Amino acid sequence: MNELLTVLKKNVREYGMYIALAVIMAVFTILSNGLFISSRNIANLLNQTGYIAVLAVGMTLVIVIRHIDLSVGFLSGFLGAVAAIALTQWNWPVWLTILLVLLLGTIAGLVTAFPVAQLGIPAFVASLAGWLIYRGALMLVTAATGTIIVPNESFNAIGNGYIPDLFASASFLPNVHKTTLLLGAVAIVLFIIGQISDRRRKLQYNFEVLSTGLFTAKLLFISVVLGFITWILAGYNGMSWTVVIMVAVVLVYYFITQRTVIGRHIYAVGGNPEAAELSGIDVKRITMAVFASMGFLAALSGILFTARLKSATPQAGQLFEMDAIAASYIGGVSAAGGIGSVTGSLVGALVYMSLMNGMNLLGTDISLQYIIRGLVLLFAVIFDVMTRKRKS
Amino acid sequence: MSDNILEMRHITKTFPGVRALNDVNFVVRRGEIHCLVGENGAGKSTLMKVLSGVYPHTEFEGEIILNGKKVAFSGIHDSEKAGIGIIYQELALVPEMMVYENLMLGHEIRRGITIDTPEMIRKAEELLKRVRLSVNPSAKIKDLGIGKQQLVEIAKALSRNVSLLILDEPTAALNEDDCENLLDILRLLKSQGVTCIMISHKLKEVLEIAETITVLRDGQTICTLDRQKDEVNEQVLIKHMVGRSIENIYPPRTTKPSDEILLEVHNWSAFDVNLGRQVLNNVNFHVRKGEVVGLSGLVGSGRTELARSLFGNPDGYITTGEMIFKGKKQVFRHPRHAIRAGLAYATEDRKRNGLVLIQSIQHNISLANLQGVSKNGIVNEELDKQNAVNFVRSLSIKTPGIHQLVMNLSGGNQQKVSVAKWLFVGPDLLIFDEPTRGIDVGAKYEIYTIINDLVAKGMSILMISSELPEILGMSDRIYVVANGTITGELDAKTATQEAVMRLATQY
Ligand SMILES: Nc1ncnc2c1ncn2[C@@H]1O[C@H](COP(=O)(O)OP(=O)(O)OP(=O)(O)O)[C@@H](O)[C@H]1O
Ligand SMILES: [Mg+2]
Repeated sequence: MNELLTVLKKNVREYGMYIALAVIMAVFTILSNGLFISSRNIANLLNQTGYIAVLAVGMTLVIVIRHIDLSVGFLSGFLGAVAAIALTQWNWPVWLTILLVLLLGTIAGLVTAFPVAQLGIPAFVASLAGWLIYRGALMLVTAATGTIIVPNESFNAIGNGYIPDLFASASFLPNVHKTTLLLGAVAIVLFIIGQISDRRRKLQYNFEVLSTGLFTAKLLFISVVLGFITWILAGYNGMSWTVVIMVAVVLVYYFITQRTVIGRHIYAVGGNPEAAELSGIDVKRITMAVFASMGFLAALSGILFTARLKSATPQAGQLFEMDAIAASYIGGVSAAGGIGSVTGSLVGALVYMSLMNGMNLLGTDISLQYIIRGLVLLFAVIFDVMTRKRKS
Repeated sequence: MSDNILEMRHITKTFPGVRALNDVNFVVRRGEIHCLVGENGAGKSTLMKVLSGVYPHTEFEGEIILNGKKVAFSGIHDSEKAGIGIIYQELALVPEMMVYENLMLGHEIRRGITIDTPEMIRKAEELLKRVRLSVNPSAKIKDLGIGKQQLVEIAKALSRNVSLLILDEPTAALNEDDCENLLDILRLLKSQGVTCIMISHKLKEVLEIAETITVLRDGQTICTLDRQKDEVNEQVLIKHMVGRSIENIYPPRTTKPSDEILLEVHNWSAFDVNLGRQVLNNVNFHVRKGEVVGLSGLVGSGRTELARSLFGNPDGYITTGEMIFKGKKQVFRHPRHAIRAGLAYATEDRKRNGLVLIQSIQHNISLANLQGVSKNGIVNEELDKQNAVNFVRSLSIKTPGIHQLVMNLSGGNQQKVSVAKWLFVGPDLLIFDEPTRGIDVGAKYEIYTIINDLVAKGMSILMISSELPEILGMSDRIYVVANGTITGELDAKTATQEAVMRLATQY
């Protein structure tokens, strides 16, 4: 028990986020008489989170290297519209459309990065210009048609569809999505194996680790939570494509940031750009790469959003950049640079979208919703700064 | 009032995994100049931070008695009010602001709601006079030399009516002249009734100025020496500091440089576009394989500019001239090209541009050579850790573990991390800018030994240093830089401090 307290105290920042998420979910569950935690709503919540989480992952890295990208909201809206046009007016196949949009997003990211990296223009200004330009571009391409309806089933599945149940059976657990259950089980097993081998490695280097009891408790707890989510999802339509994409993005970025040379370089540039440069790291190139990845993810977010709405609207993408920035900060990224994780931004996005989803469920007035979201963001950042101060 | 201005009793301060101070007692008499010495990580800075309220009274054990009264500070504001002024290891001035603005920062004089500029300038002039500094109060800080900046710091502290002034390694970055000047100012302040506590690794100046010396080792008070009663000399101090005596400050080198020339620079000039002036002018020099070449000169003479212009030119100077490295004509357009070719540069200012302070020792050590611990762009954590563990052991970096953040290390141990980083790169030529700045005698000896080992293995060192004894003691040959050009070459065996100084002030 004592150990639990000290561990909680020491990692209050990381655990704080999970606790906040749990509290928010519990409160909304109670207030909505259980509606919030229903299979249908959780599936809905995760699908809503998808396009913001994807943006937040990219934004986190941008903030880690001490920049910001305001253009990504309308960029994602504009690229969503481009996808809709390619599908409906040019009759392009889905795969080619997606490829085109992702490519355009990456290029757009590089274009934003160019003045920042090569000329030292503040990213705030460079991306504000992008914000205006993409907003105009979005209005322009939707001017003739207004909202563009996308009738393509397979494209829309990205935002609305669910993975097929390979083991559908009428007799064994008939109303449960077996493939989802299986995936959940695999995830839990992989998680446990990863944790155990990580702990063993740490012990080898005499790092501080949790005691066996607490470690087991932690494993058990997280496994139960994962299992519970899996069960809820399996009880509805199973896992959606959006969730699959979101998880894949987070996993890939987690690997890049934690395990690769370029990941190390990104954090070094964020931590001390001058020292990084003198250590032989090409800061300009890293900056270009991070913005390119942001553009790529903005494109992905645009695809997810357009598919979800089954249409591209002239307002699509409005305020997405702010939502992504808020999610990143709730997820613990530091404006001073060099600190922040993609898993944090995923949880940040979940916290943020749970709030929105819950308040919508309760029918909270929209004006009040904004105020509450603002307060939560403020509180999260204050909490972050306070806990960081106490640590050092 | 009591004879002692300050008594710190049974001070114990711990950080996660580190007991920085262990039951330390520290007494300072009114009006004296008291020096605090000890190895890197001994706890000197921590003790002073405890005293000045950086660590509030709830975060350590023990009591502080100031002017006979027990005090408990919750922050530096409290200690400032009580008459304590502290100047940190790293300067805390705003480079873009003017001298008088810096002096009065946070204590601006107002008339109504506007700032009373004439009055502020007048007050600033008064303060500058107290430290005998004749600069225009409206000059920008960044345009002053580091010696003058240090004096501005002191003047700033004086503006707050201090009776106890703490200086943490004030002379580490100063050349001999500026050091002398600073010591004079301290004597002057003493005559005005200010008590000073000074931390320094330069034992000569400690012996020159201190009336009382306290030695810390491993977070404990080893002894307090009274110059009037005790026989004190460098050997005695070193013995107390490191727990053993070091006979030879500069370990003898057994190997000779080869005749093979590694680096040749011809008519090298550089123009700084931002400052709009020539920083280097027709520099010619060479370095042999297995040689230690000293680059001496005053601060601001162009030594660092020379190093950086060769090492991939990160400042974007316009350079002309020729550089031949390993027999090939080279122009490095980015530090990474230089590193790849076998040229490395360890910066003089480890905090500003040498290390990533918010990252671990492990990540810093492999930063410049991640290829060495990765395959196909994926870092091998095991290898990376093992590598860091090895360096921590071989350089005896004082830390609870390789995952410790570099910002939590003492100054000297940070320097060792920076050394480890470049050793891991394994270059043919290492440009070492102020390799022992802020480093204790024991660690200095270790770094000199490392330098000897490296040249024995055929590596070459170009050492930039403001400490003349170090230049003379460690180099095979010496170049003296003044005003952006090389004013002379000396054989270290026959060179004298006077000869070097003469060349350094020649333009
Ligand atoms: N914030 C911190 N967190 C953890 N450990 C710390 C922190 N600050 C200092 N330490 C540790 O406390 C010890 C004493 O550090 P301190 O900075 O007082 O040394 P010092 O005597 O000033 O050394 P130097 O001469 O190198 O400046 C060191 O081992 C250092 O690593
Ligand atoms: Mg110190």
